[in-house]
Amino acid sequence: MRPASGPSRDHGKLMTLDSSGNMDVRSRKDVGLLFEPGDVVVANTAATLPASLQGLHVQSGQDIEIRLAGWVEAYDVTRFKAVAFGAGDYRVPTEHRLSPPTMRPGDRLRLGPLRATVQAVLDHSRLLELRFQGDRKEILAGLARHGRPIQYAYVPKPLELWDVWTHLAAEPIAFESPSAGFALSWDTLSRWQKRGIAFATLSHAAGISSTGDPDLDQRLPLDEPYEIPPRTAAAINKARLQGNRVIAIGTTVVRALEAATCSGCVVRSGLGVARNLIGASTNLCTVDAIVTGVHEHGESHYELLRAFADTSVLESMNQRAAAEDFQAHEFGDSMLIERQARAKRSQAV
Amino acid sequence: MKQHRTDLRKHLPTPTLSGLRVAVTGGTSGLGLALVRQLREGGAQVALVARTEEAVERVALETGALGLVGDVGRKEDIYPLALQLTGQLGGLDVLINNASSLGPTPLLPLADTDCEDLELALAVNLVGPFRLTKALFGALTASAREGRCAVVVNVSSDAAVNAYPHWGAYGASKAGLLHLTSVWNEEAKSLGVQFLSIDPGDMDTPLHAAAIPDADTSQLKRPEDAASEVLQAVLQALSPQEPEERFQSSLLGEPS
Repeated sequence: MRPASGPSRDHGKLMTLDSSGNMDVRSRKDVGLLFEPGDVVVANTAATLPASLQGLHVQSGQDIEIRLAGWVEAYDVTRFKAVAFGAGDYRVPTEHRLSPPTMRPGDRLRLGPLRATVQAVLDHSRLLELRFQGDRKEILAGLARHGRPIQYAYVPKPLELWDVWTHLAAEPIAFESPSAGFALSWDTLSRWQKRGIAFATLSHAAGISSTGDPDLDQRLPLDEPYEIPPRTAAAINKARLQGNRVIAIGTTVVRALEAATCSGCVVRSGLGVARNLIGASTNLCTVDAIVTGVHEHGESHYELLRAFADTSVLESMNQRAAAEDFQAHEFGDSMLIERQARAKRSQAV
Repeated sequence: MKQHRTDLRKHLPTPTLSGLRVAVTGGTSGLGLALVRQLREGGAQVALVARTEEAVERVALETGALGLVGDVGRKEDIYPLALQLTGQLGGLDVLINNASSLGPTPLLPLADTDCEDLELALAVNLVGPFRLTKALFGALTASAREGRCAVVVNVSSDAAVNAYPHWGAYGASKAGLLHLTSVWNEEAKSLGVQFLSIDPGDMDTPLHAAAIPDADTSQLKRPEDAASEVLQAVLQALSPQEPEERFQSSLLGEPS
């Protein structure tokens, strides 16, 4: 499928799959007409950090790019999990990027105005834990000045923060955009409000989605901190109790809500860390439907969709999407996938 | 005024500045500086934004506010400011768009005003507040959804409504801001974000001195007095609303 080559001002397309397997294609601006009174739509308010940092590996004198990829401790900006790349930038596809020099604990990095030390090499030679010098204010100022949004070669124009923040973006904790949120506008939210559809949010620190290295990509998604406000948990639990649906805007919302669901299928509010992997064998406890981008076989997001529908259904959606010229990736078109008659299947097992 | 509300909310906590997360643009002189000082005295978490690094550091050091250097009239500064503001304060409850540009000084008739000076007044007084508010709208609405309420104050002027000769660039930009505030308030009500336009009156500030160098400053309002009026209005906006004024709770997913 063709990747969307940048942020777009038009509405894009939306493919829908209802719980009985019926497929439809419409304009994404119609998303405000979907769902039923009493349903609750849940979105992620994470804003995206400028997590790509060009700089120098002091010990070798070589240029590098560091992509901040995850939190070591929730929202402590002095420590990050990060992926190292050799010299170059997003214009070279990640799988063709030069390797970084060998990194060892104690190595120093100069990243524009920022100074960092390799604290540890994690379970892959390019996956590092970094410690940044300075306090929160200095580090955020350095990121604001020097960091660029993480981007991939299929988007030729350099991205700005305003391209990667969704309308809901509130706190800068994500390393890549919770991009399903690009499907939402304030106009859509007001349509839902008028139709009695509840809207609630959580924050989930979406990590890096791809590195170009198959070994490294297997370790994704990394652990991701999230926070569910009490009102959001209450809205979801109420909807479920009344037999209404919970619709997640994006994979991050699914991951957070399923991680926060405890026994009896009740969502708990508060801070947590999502360590769960969602796939074909997951019995979704809380989420009934997902709005997401177009994902293809082999991506971790595709694995997550298998919790909603079988591969054969997902493949026929993708065939239809290709025929309708859907665009993939974070600035592309959208899909709404309702969980397929799951209960029957799990009873059968 | 609005005294009749007192009974309705006597069982509810009176809002205070303590713990509020507030951003003030143009926070190093005049009304902005007085606002930063009073907010800090009231226990608010404050971020101030201004263009001059030395002034920002001086006020940050004096008040304990977070100082951010940036120019709201520059598009490129807006998101880096939004990133640092929300990253440092952990969200935002109140945004005070106070930074203003007079346009050409000494003040000139419109026919003598360079287009660039009009553009600058619009950039700082109208487009800047629009951009910054838009970048922070996610944070403000998140605060409202969490039940904290959210307020945007746009500092206005009587030049927004009266046709004062020589105040054309400034007046046109403030008139635009006034209308922007009204429309945004209508649109954002249901999201729990209130927009206030406040005309602080003629104050003894550097901006006034630049506009009218020979003014009798003893006749001018003290910025400290104007600041406390602005903060009273903010607290009033934050106080619990009468039931019919409450935004629809279904949007918030409030437990019923």
